[in-house]
Amino acid sequence: MTEYTDIAYSPLSAGGSMVLLQEQEASSSATISFTSGIDSTYKEYVFRYNKVSSSVDGGMITINGSIDAGSNYNVAKTTTFFAAQHNEADDDTDLGYNTSKDVAQDTEEAIISYGTGNAADEIVDGYLHLYNPASTTFVKHFIGNANTKHQSDYSIQSLVAGYFNTTSAVNAIQFKMDQGNMDTGTIKLYGVN
Amino acid sequence: MATYSSIRYNFPVVDATTSAQVGAGALTLIKELTASSSATLSFVDGTSSVVLDDTYKTYIFKLINIHPSDSDNVNKISFQCSTDGGSNYNTTVTSTAFRAYHFEDASAAGVGYRVAWDQAQGTAFQQVSEDLGYGNDENNAGELWLFNPSDTTFVKHFTVQTSINYDTAGNVNNFIAGYFNTTSAIDAIRFQLLDGNIDAGTIKMYGIA
Repeated sequence: MTEYTDIAYSPLSAGGSMVLLQEQEASSSATISFTSGIDSTYKEYVFRYNKVSSSVDGGMITINGSIDAGSNYNVAKTTTFFAAQHNEADDDTDLGYNTSKDVAQDTEEAIISYGTGNAADEIVDGYLHLYNPASTTFVKHFIGNANTKHQSDYSIQSLVAGYFNTTSAVNAIQFKMDQGNMDTGTIKLYGVN
Repeated sequence: MATYSSIRYNFPVVDATTSAQVGAGALTLIKELTASSSATLSFVDGTSSVVLDDTYKTYIFKLINIHPSDSDNVNKISFQCSTDGGSNYNTTVTSTAFRAYHFEDASAAGVGYRVAWDQAQGTAFQQVSEDLGYGNDENNAGELWLFNPSDTTFVKHFTVQTSINYDTAGNVNNFIAGYFNTTSAIDAIRFQLLDGNIDAGTIKMYGIA
């Protein structure tokens, strides 16, 4: 029987402006790459990552872009990163910028979430908007928001933004943990009409 | 048995805070405006196929590749709303504003409140970005949510997040929220720069069922 989730996110959803283009499932994956479907069809793309678990304590999700369909993920980027956190013991809270998690014109991966624990129930969920990646005039902005169950029993919200500093079309995006693998979880790619 | 039409809107839209959280099928494109050295970009209910009434309880405006025309350093994106069909854009606003920033040369980074951007019962255009860079490849992207603008009982809340190229080379992640302190229905919204024109870019208007 068709379930709600099958229907609601179907590309055939009448009148809907968010079109599911691709879904990938992690299985002890070192990387998850989207090498097709990112082009001039849409001016905005949304990646939703759900229930991503890490093989190691403190694994953080990172992204990088490619201008050669995934042969190389090394586009220069500048980002901002700040986070809010609160622990389960209710004796620590914080809101602040994280200079160790941003990048400045870096071609390496950019962190988009705080580290999650590797216990059975510890995951990270979030999303990333990518604007007009096919433009050959402008740099490509992205905005992300994630919430993490940290191994020290914190809820941590990560707020990231930035841009791929290139006027070449970005046509592939790769997700990768900064250490270890993505044990489980899904990443969905949507185009927004 | 539930039908498709009854199922697809069974999504907790009120809990969503960005369009990434909205189910497909719930987001409906209403109007797209493209800037070309434009002083303003306006969406007025009943004009040019724009619907800004009680058809939807939530409206989203997506800003993509907004690029300023002037080469000075006061190009800030702003918006205001109207309760008289676009004759006047001067609805009373109380708002908050903060932003994170990071320069390309890594010389500075941080997050903080922006007293200069907020309003307390002001009627000016609400600033929603730091100074925009004007290099040929520099631009802005983000989205504005406007909640239940046609209500005649409550004030009207809005939230904005934009990512920009700062005019001194860097990224600024801007967060603005507030409310239009009126019980009159809002039926028009206007975007403009606080100085100069919008040289290029697109603003797309969506309704959420």
